[in-house]
Amino acid sequence: MLVFASVFVIILLQLVNLQLFSSKYKIMADDQGRFRKVIYPDRGIVFDRNKKPILQNTTIYDLMVVPNKLKGVDTFSLCRILGIDTAQFQKKIVECIIKNGRSRASVFDGLLSEQRMAMLNESLYKFAPGFYLQERPIRSYPYDAGANILGYLAEVDTNFLKKHNTEGYQIGDYAGKTGMERTYEKVLMGQRGIEYWKRDNKNRLTERLEDGKYDTAAIAGQNMYTSIDIELQELGEKLMQNKLGSIVAIDPRTGGIICMVSSPTFKPKYLTGPERKKHITELLLNPALPLLNRAVGATYSPGSTFKTLQALIGLHEEMITTDTRFSCSGAFYGCGKPMRCLDYGTFDLRHAITVSDNTYFANVMQRVINNPKFPSIDSSLRSWDRYMYAFGLGHRLGVDVPSEKRGNIPRPEDYDKVFGKGHWNFCSFRSVSIGQGEVDVTPMQVANEMAYIANKGYFITPHLVDSIQGGDKFNMLDSFKAKHKAIDIPDSIFEAVHDGMEGVVDHGTGMGAKVKDIKICGKTGTVENQFHGVKQPNHGFFCGFAPRENPSIAIMCVVENSGRFGGTYAAPIVGFMIEKYLKDSITDKARKERLEYYANLNLIPPRIYFEMRTQDSMRHAKDSAYLIAKGYIKTIKDTLGIDEEDENDALDKMKKDKETAKDTRPVKDSSNNKSTIKPEAILPDEKKKPEPKDTVKN
Amino acid sequence: MYQKKPEIGKGVDWLMVWLFAILVMIGLICIFSVEYRSSDGVIQSFLGFKKNYSKQFFYFLACIVLATFILLTDSKFFTATANLSYMVGILLVIATFVVGKEIKGSKSWIPLGFMNLQPVELCKIFTALALAKYLSMQETDFEKPRGQLIAAAISFLPAVLSILQGETGLALVYFSFLIPMYREGLPVIYLIVLISLGVLIVISLVLPGLTIIIIFTVIALGCIYFLRRHIRRDNALLFIILGIWLFSSFITTYGVKFFMTKALKPYQSARIYSMVGRDNPYIDSKTAVLNPEEAKAKQKKNEQQNYNVKQSKIAIGSGGFSGKGFLKGTQTQGDFVPEQHTDFIFTSVGENFGFIGSAALVLLYLGMILRIVFLAERQRSTFSRVYAYSVAGILFFHVVVNICVTVGLAPVIGITLPLLSYGGSSLITFTILIFILIKLDADRQMVLR
Repeated sequence: MLVFASVFVIILLQLVNLQLFSSKYKIMADDQGRFRKVIYPDRGIVFDRNKKPILQNTTIYDLMVVPNKLKGVDTFSLCRILGIDTAQFQKKIVECIIKNGRSRASVFDGLLSEQRMAMLNESLYKFAPGFYLQERPIRSYPYDAGANILGYLAEVDTNFLKKHNTEGYQIGDYAGKTGMERTYEKVLMGQRGIEYWKRDNKNRLTERLEDGKYDTAAIAGQNMYTSIDIELQELGEKLMQNKLGSIVAIDPRTGGIICMVSSPTFKPKYLTGPERKKHITELLLNPALPLLNRAVGATYSPGSTFKTLQALIGLHEEMITTDTRFSCSGAFYGCGKPMRCLDYGTFDLRHAITVSDNTYFANVMQRVINNPKFPSIDSSLRSWDRYMYAFGLGHRLGVDVPSEKRGNIPRPEDYDKVFGKGHWNFCSFRSVSIGQGEVDVTPMQVANEMAYIANKGYFITPHLVDSIQGGDKFNMLDSFKAKHKAIDIPDSIFEAVHDGMEGVVDHGTGMGAKVKDIKICGKTGTVENQFHGVKQPNHGFFCGFAPRENPSIAIMCVVENSGRFGGTYAAPIVGFMIEKYLKDSITDKARKERLEYYANLNLIPPRIYFEMRTQDSMRHAKDSAYLIAKGYIKTIKDTLGIDEEDENDALDKMKKDKETAKDTRPVKDSSNNKSTIKPEAILPDEKKKPEPKDTVKN
Repeated sequence: MYQKKPEIGKGVDWLMVWLFAILVMIGLICIFSVEYRSSDGVIQSFLGFKKNYSKQFFYFLACIVLATFILLTDSKFFTATANLSYMVGILLVIATFVVGKEIKGSKSWIPLGFMNLQPVELCKIFTALALAKYLSMQETDFEKPRGQLIAAAISFLPAVLSILQGETGLALVYFSFLIPMYREGLPVIYLIVLISLGVLIVISLVLPGLTIIIIFTVIALGCIYFLRRHIRRDNALLFIILGIWLFSSFITTYGVKFFMTKALKPYQSARIYSMVGRDNPYIDSKTAVLNPEEAKAKQKKNEQQNYNVKQSKIAIGSGGFSGKGFLKGTQTQGDFVPEQHTDFIFTSVGENFGFIGSAALVLLYLGMILRIVFLAERQRSTFSRVYAYSVAGILFFHVVVNICVTVGLAPVIGITLPLLSYGGSSLITFTILIFILIKLDADRQMVLR
């Protein structure tokens, strides 16, 4: 009896030990028996200013397989639908088993195309229960426009996870990589839900833990209303096709961005879901940099568009009056070495703006810099800088689009470095006066500067998102409410500048922008530029606002390396944009024809074609191709700040290309004839550049 | 026979019947909790004879019928047919060698179509009866070695056959017949020798051979020193000490090695070693130079052997004080514990009902065993008493070993938890064992031989 009892006491003691004093078993049990399933809510929808959705969600399907339920599946017909042979099928199944085991589902074929999906759905009963379709929500783009604005989603990488380690991201999650998807990730993402499931010994989820008692529901992402006019955006992209450059339009009253075209661009869906693998390499390797959002990410010298600002400073510093006259006899001689001007004659301020007279503004800036009010050139340049900062130049505006560049406004320190302290004067940087040299601006900054002039002295930080449905929980829109008015400049000064700008469009250098019944104020710019030290064709600039009274659009257009003048191409493009925006449509037949003419104009500089050819030949070169391509990707990466992962994708594809280069070469060559393909993403074949017949004065 | 008309209820120890019924019910609930998924219809699947709990339910019904028959049987029948049934049992076991079917590595099952019968399991009843019969015979003199040997032979013959069939777990059960033998006057020295042998083996498993020999030598020398006066008087003592020393040393160095490598299968010795927390050195020595890959594979195998116990401990441990609640155990529902409806059924009690439930179950078993001992002591006939003690012994062995395995106190030995584990053979065997006892107890006034 005693023996019996004592043995049982030992058992009881062990039970006490296991069940009452060892907490680790409880943890272990939860680890293996419970599964925390993250429920992803729908991402928020983005609307344009007319409440049209421009970014929403759609569902695509993954074909899932459970390897141990494959008995009796009609493998042959499945292979036929998927377009693979049975050997590949077997290989894939083995891969699935290695990855996830026999009894758990794995993705057999991810992100099915619509056609395949339809074919599969019809005959899926033949493959059940081994195969089934699983929904996966992806982003969809109702309009084929605004890729650079909207951005795309991509799988998060380890860097991202490290940076956002408190926000509950896991490996395999998607997050906004560029554009609005990135800036407003927090808003669009919504709040993830958690479901607790029971899990069995083969890691299958069996049923909800206690009927979902501990679950938290997912909250869908918030919808956002933007100031984008999607139709204007489409028109802008159409006008800019076959050109490099960008158009930015802002509503000066609110700071809302109406359109933001960056060309070349690509179809937004190219980087979503099943399309991504196909296009990412092409987009990355394209020397025209379609992934670069030029509107905020490219900087140019502002050229003559800068003259309007010089006028404001000169007038406000009382170095000139509106009646001050300077004459151009062929050059500006204020600094010994003459600086060319093209319009002979003597001008007052208004006329000087209208004809874009170099000498006039060189003189203006010379007076401002040599203002006796300031003890040294250091302090006078610093005061000039303060004006420029007030106009929104030389620093990041804080636009809600990622990877904004700050541009450059030269500071005294910069010249100290170049010339040595005290060894420089106005003549060292006289070209700044006409917007060349050390000044750099982004198209966004120029458009914003136009908004500043249109508003007569203030701007609101340009932004895409006007309001967030359900409230701005993360205070992301706060900075888009304040009026920036650093320097108080009287309206009369602006009126004078407006007069000059109106003259530009009415009878000056920017007549190409003229639109019937609309008073447009504008300014052309023709920007000299270099690429790797080689002089390139001029960039054509045009910026302005309309209508003159109560302006509702401030706009800027740059056509890179278009050659000729700012008024030649950029001005008419801006004209069409303003007409479309203010009149809602372009109805006049002749105007429509002109529009088509500009839209079809190919102004891509020969440099790009040359680079593409080199790239192609390098890709086909035998051994060095891979390494050279790597170098190529490096340079592109430097300019774009793209992630490692994309580069690897690109290199992988490159390797495959190399392997199959021989067989596919003839096919490839024909596919290189890219004029047959939609022109948004890919450059058309080089054509002889049409000589423009219209001649516009500088 | 003073009672013409047999009356079922007369003299029956209802407490035993209730204990029996409660335990089988608990078993049904546990098997149900292991297998039930919220999508199943309870009634249909209970009557469907597809799920294990439904089968067990029908086995239970069959057992009720069987129990009724046993209670209706004249208790003399058991004494009369004891030897015959024993022979039939042995024949069945032997027949298994011919017509047997291999299930889980042991060829000890006879397929009957609707169920698989394990003769060694049934043979426990017959052995108990035969042992009782032999010990109750008047010509038996249990004091003499001859009687002891015959009794041992009766007890251990099925065990030997069972080992030959590869069913070690059940063979070990036959050790429980030492309990009734002990009650009937088996000298304590046998038990002491057996226990010290067991201790010796465990020590030799845990410590390296040389250390043990040194320890033994020190102990032996110490004994000789302290007992030097006795030794001077009686030289035999010296030889006894030296003999024990020699024997122990031999066992630890060669005996255990032989046992581990020759007598047991590798998986069994690995289980034993995993109990004391060491790798099996005798597998190592065979393939002393392993490349890392093989070593890895070997380790994985070891882990798999430990998997059962680990999972079982996790399940029981995660139950906590009051358990997760009926049907809420994630471990039992997730099939983490292998064999959890048979040998590891205790895990579902532990997980679902926690410490309270499992302690209650353990006490229930203890109560049952003590009740049987109580019944045994009130018997008039040796036959009944020996039989009762056999039942108590078997029950005790099963319960203790099974629960010890699930809570990680014993190496994995595949025996069932009486009345709870799923399985027709096991349930029927214990029903018969217990109801024969109840019947014998009911008729305890009769003089049986």
